[in-house]
Amino acid sequence: MQLHTIWFIIIVALWIGFFVLEGFDFGVGMLHRFVGRDETGQRVAINTIGPWWDGNEVWLIVAGASMFAAFPGWYATMFSALYLALVLVLAALMFRGVSFEYRGKRHDARWRDVWSWALTIASALIPLLIGVALGDLLNGLPINQQHDFTGNFGDLLAGYGLMTGVTLLVLCLLQGATFLALRTTGDIRDRAHAAGLRIGAVAVVVNIAWVVWTLVVIGGGTVPEPTQIFGLIAVIFATVLAGTAQDGWAFAASSFGIAAAIGQIFISLYPSVMVSSTNAAYNLTVNNVASGHYALIVMTIVAVLFFPIVLLYQGWSFHVFRGRITAPPASAETPGAAGQAATGRLSTAGPSGGSTSS
Amino acid sequence: MANDLARWQFATTSVYHFLFVPVTIGLAFLVAILETAWYRTDNPDYKRMTRFFGTLLLINVAIGVVTGLVQEFEFGMNWSTYSRFVGGVFGAPLAMEGLAAFFLESTFLGLWLFGWDRLPKRVHLATIWAVSLGSVLSALFILVANSWMQHPVGYKMNKAGQPVLNNVWALFVNPTFVWGYAHVILASLITGALVMLAVSAWYLRKGQHTDSFYRTAKVALIVLIPTIVIQLSVGNQLGVIETHYQPMKIAAAEGQWNSCKPCSFSAIQTGGFSQSDQNANKIIPIPHLLSVLATGTWGGGVTGLNQLQAQYQQRYGPGNYIPNVAIQYWSMRVMAYLATLILLFALWGGYLLVRGKLRTARVFLWLGIWAVVTPFLMNTAGWLLTESGRQPWIVQGLQKTVNANSPSVSATDIWISLSAFVLVYIVLGATDLVLMLRYSRRGLAQAEAEAAEPSAGAGAPAPALTY
Repeated sequence: MQLHTIWFIIIVALWIGFFVLEGFDFGVGMLHRFVGRDETGQRVAINTIGPWWDGNEVWLIVAGASMFAAFPGWYATMFSALYLALVLVLAALMFRGVSFEYRGKRHDARWRDVWSWALTIASALIPLLIGVALGDLLNGLPINQQHDFTGNFGDLLAGYGLMTGVTLLVLCLLQGATFLALRTTGDIRDRAHAAGLRIGAVAVVVNIAWVVWTLVVIGGGTVPEPTQIFGLIAVIFATVLAGTAQDGWAFAASSFGIAAAIGQIFISLYPSVMVSSTNAAYNLTVNNVASGHYALIVMTIVAVLFFPIVLLYQGWSFHVFRGRITAPPASAETPGAAGQAATGRLSTAGPSGGSTSS
Repeated sequence: MANDLARWQFATTSVYHFLFVPVTIGLAFLVAILETAWYRTDNPDYKRMTRFFGTLLLINVAIGVVTGLVQEFEFGMNWSTYSRFVGGVFGAPLAMEGLAAFFLESTFLGLWLFGWDRLPKRVHLATIWAVSLGSVLSALFILVANSWMQHPVGYKMNKAGQPVLNNVWALFVNPTFVWGYAHVILASLITGALVMLAVSAWYLRKGQHTDSFYRTAKVALIVLIPTIVIQLSVGNQLGVIETHYQPMKIAAAEGQWNSCKPCSFSAIQTGGFSQSDQNANKIIPIPHLLSVLATGTWGGGVTGLNQLQAQYQQRYGPGNYIPNVAIQYWSMRVMAYLATLILLFALWGGYLLVRGKLRTARVFLWLGIWAVVTPFLMNTAGWLLTESGRQPWIVQGLQKTVNANSPSVSATDIWISLSAFVLVYIVLGATDLVLMLRYSRRGLAQAEAEAAEPSAGAGAPAPALTY
């Protein structure tokens, strides 16, 4: 196999790793206000991803840097073409990143609310916008012979790109709901189950629509590819299992579904990496944007040396914090659902622990 | 216009990013030292201090990491011509940085933060050292990349006229990198030590928790004294290296318009900062000092800006190859003079420490609180000197900055992004500062409360609610 192809596969693997891992981080970020109805509940939800979200985000950084190193032309065209969209992604990534750390640093309900909303909104924007971007790669953007983008911001918001963004957003929600069910107990887990069922139903419909649209865009006929079929089956499985005690399987199925979706985008692209809507001759391909042979060899050696180590210690980190998270005794002892029904949603404004709940 | 704005944006975001990076590198190392002291002595004071300074570290890491994302994206977003041109060489260390350093730093930071009750003491100690190692490694790779822009090595030009990597090892033994890296790591340790010293001094002056903060003041000074001494000579050596590879940078930093031999050093001057005004009014000239600083010899010669300009025009064609002299001159002086003051301050602290008077030295402690401003000024000045001094090149001798920006990105686009980033940075920076100051003042009680908080019952499998 050619080095170009190997690096294309590595980059696809990085994008898949990013969406599977950060997928549940984004999902939890979007859902934490809704499954955790009081301060303690929200904290439990956020802490399910606490030790990991930062390490998960690195998959995106390494995906970007690997594109830079292995396919500089791809990195250059893609990042400059998506300019304003990426400005938004960066702003969202920044607010999300600090929200975890800043949220709990003051005991003030409004302060926490602000950062909690920042987390929710940013967690939705990032997969949506990156999804739009990935859809655009396949759908095509106006790119000239010099591989420079010649369009404007409106060109980025084509129908297929938006559809891809929505699909990934919904899949991240499903990923988050199944992850929360896997990592929590009691009321929060119940609400995660309920959310998983509803989101799953939407995800199945959205996914079918997206698969059909993808077939239209790649114009390869009416027969779906195996990845698309397996991905769809996985999402259906995740939905069916979402309401049951099979939390592990539901999460695994959801992960497979999101991996298949990302994989499908790149499989449809190959050997192109960016389609030019101006002229197919201007497409960026793995051959015309790759780095030199020597650089790719060096990078391959580095990847072979470091990737197994990274997987080992990230896996270990997942193993160390594998247990379910329970709310601290103070609120766990109160008859949760009943107590919250009485105080209603306003309880978010109260102090943590629910010690004063009437 | 778009090019200028892209430069402004990169300068703004880099300077901002680098306010936080040295604090991370320095504090991670110092927190690791504190935890090691706790591991060795079992003294609960060290555990409290580890948690206390650990939280300051985390507040700071959060913003350092997210502003680093902007830096990585910016190469492709604003400098696509550059990225396309040099990606085959420059991209490799960036990818290595992610794989070898960022994963390490962030994964182990999570393990450290959430692992207090779940990991054996020894393993927990290892996690903070892994964080420190990750932060030091990330600086290594990014400086390999940066040094290649200052002094490109390990490449050949291909048929398309692009640099192609042909010797990766050369990037790591690039003299600009070796000395630049040492310089940055020492600067980070100095920054971390001065932050720790400032917080400790504040408490010592208040007379609160004096036993605990006397320990951290001591640790900070013990790290500060040797690093600042070594730093002065490393910085000096870096100057000699740069005189060799980037003579314009140093000639401009000294405002040396015409060749000299031997050369006197202008300690302070007015005028002489532009081609039309070359005659400086040197208020304090020190004979031979520039020869020593720039060449390491008593009577060494330094080629002047005018002579270099003529050489460059002959070699690279018409154009202006002289960087902004005023920026070079003053950033060099801000860095060198402040470093000298910090050296004297550190020695004074060492003297007080040996005599056992540090705890009650009110003037020294007062100065110690305010000295925390200096590393940020020195770090910023250092990068201005390095990067502004590289101009007009983006990669020395290979590509000019003016030819490197993204053709598809308009001035309007950059106005939007620049305003957005500045706005976000102001919000984040203000929040960060408020939280750091608040936590520095009140955090000790909180650190104790957190340390005492039951983690959902002893022995329960559930991790504590850390966030």
